[in-house]
Amino acid sequence: MTADQNHVAADPTAVPARPAGRRFPPVAELAVVSLALVVIGGVLMASYVPRRPPLGLPAGIAAVSAVLILGSAILLGRLPRFAWNRFFLVFRWALLAYGISAGMIAFAFIRDHTRGAPLALVLVMLAIYALDVPLIIAFTVARYASPPQEPG
Amino acid sequence: MTDVGRLAAGIVDAEPGPPPRQIQVVPLRGLPIVAAVVAFVIASIAGNWLWALTFCHVVGGGLWTAVDLFVGLIIGPILRSLPLPARADFTARFMPKMVLLMPTLVLMTLAAGFQLALKEGNLAPTSPNHAWLVVSYCVVGVMAVIALGVLSPANIAVLFEMRKPRPDGAVIAQLMRRFVATSGVIGAMQVATLIIMTRVATQ
Repeated sequence: MTADQNHVAADPTAVPARPAGRRFPPVAELAVVSLALVVIGGVLMASYVPRRPPLGLPAGIAAVSAVLILGSAILLGRLPRFAWNRFFLVFRWALLAYGISAGMIAFAFIRDHTRGAPLALVLVMLAIYALDVPLIIAFTVARYASPPQEPG
Repeated sequence: MTDVGRLAAGIVDAEPGPPPRQIQVVPLRGLPIVAAVVAFVIASIAGNWLWALTFCHVVGGGLWTAVDLFVGLIIGPILRSLPLPARADFTARFMPKMVLLMPTLVLMTLAAGFQLALKEGNLAPTSPNHAWLVVSYCVVGVMAVIALGVLSPANIAVLFEMRKPRPDGAVIAQLMRRFVATSGVIGAMQVATLIIMTRVATQ
């Protein structure tokens, strides 16, 4: 049984918390835009394969994407009451799954002899992707979970 | 009758109901199959094995498109016409399978497809297929952002909500609206994929 379930089941007469009604800062929205930018950067890079792509635009896109996910993480970290247990439970498993997915894509690029700066940029983009998706999933799940009751 | 079925428009009753539904968000029995598919895709790419790459791309892509269109055009409308308890029962059995199935199909299709295109010379700027493939990247990109950023989180959040002793119908309805809202775009992208891939295969 989870902490949420304990919280709800402890007092059957209590009015259940309604996390659905709570307003949150745009954590998921920023992460989705960050993901979209990484995808655009990836498409730009992939459209040049097997040639060496120009790196200026994709690097700029990756930088903006990184700033957005950082902003998303900062907003998330400032949330006063949040179901962190639920967040990290989902985040770590999603990170494992999307880490494997990112690893496979990296493997394909390395296998196809992508080297040097283009490879480094691809790896940065994949790292952002592998953080973006778990963050979005874990936040979406945890925002509807009841945060643990504060002591006292 | 399910917990969700007893909820009317998101109103949660305070009386203790039946025990919470046992839902496995990620069906563990399916993980070995996923691992086998991923290992097969990696071996295909590592060996640059034409038949295996073609198999992964065609089978994965065919199933991905078919499942997306079938769910969006056939299952979705039927589901919306069902009473809430039936909808909840179906969702509780259907969505965990989708959590494993769709990412596996997408990974299989894209990884093998990219390698196949490279091996066949379709990525070369001089290839008549190059422009079509770049368009297909854009189509896949749109689908990826919708699937990974909008639908997958909603899918998993619905399953977590349904595991609660008293699921909130309003939360489930709010999350399920995402599927309805994006089904048109996904459908259009899948039809575009069919057009692009048949063009690429016949040029």
